[in-house]
Formats: sequence, structure tokens, C-alpha cells
Amino acid sequence: MTDADNELHHFDRRMVWAGFRQLAPISIFVTLFGAAFGLAAVQTGLDDSVILAMSALVFAGASQFAALELWGPQVPLFTLMVTVFAINARHLLMGATLYPWLRQLPPGRRYGVMLIASDANWAMAMQAFNRNRPGFGLLLGGGLALWSFWVLGSWLGIHFGSAVSDPKRLGLDMVMGCFLLAMVVGGEKNLRMLVIWSVAAAASLLAFRYLPENSHVVVGALAGGATGLLWKEKARES
Amino acid sequence: MNLDATGAGALAVVLVMALVTLATRWGGVFVMAFVPISDRVRQFITAMSGSVLVAIVAPMALQGDAGARLALLATAATMLVLKKPLPAIAAGIAVAALVRQF
Repeated sequence: MTDADNELHHFDRRMVWAGFRQLAPISIFVTLFGAAFGLAAVQTGLDDSVILAMSALVFAGASQFAALELWGPQVPLFTLMVTVFAINARHLLMGATLYPWLRQLPPGRRYGVMLIASDANWAMAMQAFNRNRPGFGLLLGGGLALWSFWVLGSWLGIHFGSAVSDPKRLGLDMVMGCFLLAMVVGGEKNLRMLVIWSVAAAASLLAFRYLPENSHVVVGALAGGATGLLWKEKARES
Repeated sequence: MNLDATGAGALAVVLVMALVTLATRWGGVFVMAFVPISDRVRQFITAMSGSVLVAIVAPMALQGDAGARLALLATAATMLVLKKPLPAIAAGIAVAALVRQF
């Protein structure tokens, strides 16, 4: 772990605005994903206000799509919590990797900038820090851009959603599955990950068949995680 | 335990999700202040965060119709070739729509 001295952790309004502008182009895609989420959520039967509250407060696409899978008249609380935690556990690593710089901020700012940490703005911030440039403007400003467009997209999806009469015939019920699968395939790919995913898929299908409803997500996640522990990635410089 | 997803119950579900997600955003920073996250924990988290997505999608493929299965296949293939999520998702939806016209 490198010790981050000097002034890289400083950020001001100008840097936050610069971060906002830098991530605004990516945010077009975020708007589309948000619209897909809004549409899927309407199909699942969520109220408009609930959908907007979820996008604004949770701000984590994959876990929001996954929550729709568990949605019904009754939502299983424990399964929901474990599922959301497992999907969003990568945030733990984001916080940990940013820690050398975060620790130099006062606690209010330290936890404040992490409120809207997500994949794209975290990646940009880390890249900046690794090049010896300040990154928190990107994290905060970029996060604000992603958040705004995510909420805007959800709103668009809600209103566009009611105009579609037969979403299944248009393939729109597959938005969620295709989105989650694209996230998986877009991740790290090697033999180790392939084995981990296979174990996760097999465990999930077995649980789906033989265990109580909705347990397959948790079972698959834990089985995959355990496989990752057993077959360790070769140590690498980072 | 189940939560009623009607009326105020739905907002309670959203709040639970928001709190769990917040715990993941803050947890890594908080824990690092006391003990650095070990390599083993990092490996577990990385493996788990991909696996949970696989675990959600696998039954969709098993249970789905031909349109659903081909859609997932198209998404995976496009993602492997183009490495961009948006075209991959678009391809999947287009395939599902196409298959279901017949």
C-alpha cells in the first residue's frame, strides 16, 4: 500500500464541477440504464414514488434490478439484505482502495464523498490518484453526474413504461437479465473466474430446485465466494 | 421474515436496501481504519460479487422460453466481442423480441 502524502486529497468546487463534466458523457448510458430500470420496475408493479426513492437513495443499478426479482406482495427481508449486500460488496473494496487518500480528509468529508461512490467515478478517481493527480473532484463531481442521470433515467423509464402495452413481446422483460449478464461477462475473465461462475450457477440452480424460494441467490453467491477462497488468485503487484 | 411491499411497506424495503448499500460504501473505509482488508477477504468479495449476478441469471435461463435463452446468449456473445454493455443488452432484447414474433 502506498502512503499518500502531499496534497492529492484536496478538492474544491471547481474540481467537483470538472469531475461532473468529465463523467457527463458516460452518463448518457446511465440515463438509458436508468430508463430500463424504471420500465422494469413499473412492470414489476412498483409505485412511481417508490421507484424514484429507490434510485435516489440506493443508487446501485444491479442491486436494484435484483430487488425487482425478489419483489412481490411480500418481500423476503433477509434474502433481500444478503442479495443487496453481496452485489454491492464491491463498494467495500472501493472504500478500501481509496483509503490512503480518504484518511487525510476530516471524517465528515471522508464519509461524505463515499456516499455516491460507484464503479465509473471510483475507477476515474483511482486512475487520477495513481497518476499522482487529485481524484476526489472526480469521485464527488462524477458521482453527482452519475446520480443525477440515474434518477432522471428512472423517471423517464416510469413515464415511457406506461406507454408500452406488451413489454414481453418487445423483449423488454429481458432488460434485467441481459444487464446483469453483461456485468458478469464484462468483468475479469480467466479460468479461475469461469470455475467460480460455474460453481455459483450450479449451486444456484440446485438451490432453486431443492431449497426454499429465493435462497438460490444467497447460496450461489456464497458458493462462488467460497470457491474464490479455495482457488486463490496468484498474488500480484498492486 | 417478510415485509409487505404495499404502501409504506414498499418504502421500508427501499430504506433497508439504502442502508445495506450505505454500509457497503462506508464499511470498507471504516474497517480499513482498524485493520487493512486482507488478501483472503478481498478474494472472497471479488468472487462473491460476480457470483451473485450469475446466481440470479442462471434460473432465468433455465426457466425462460427460447426468446429468453437466446437473448442471454446474444448478450454474452456481443459482450465478449464488443466489450460494451449497451450494445450487448440491446442485442439481447432485439433477439428476444425477434424470436417472440414467431
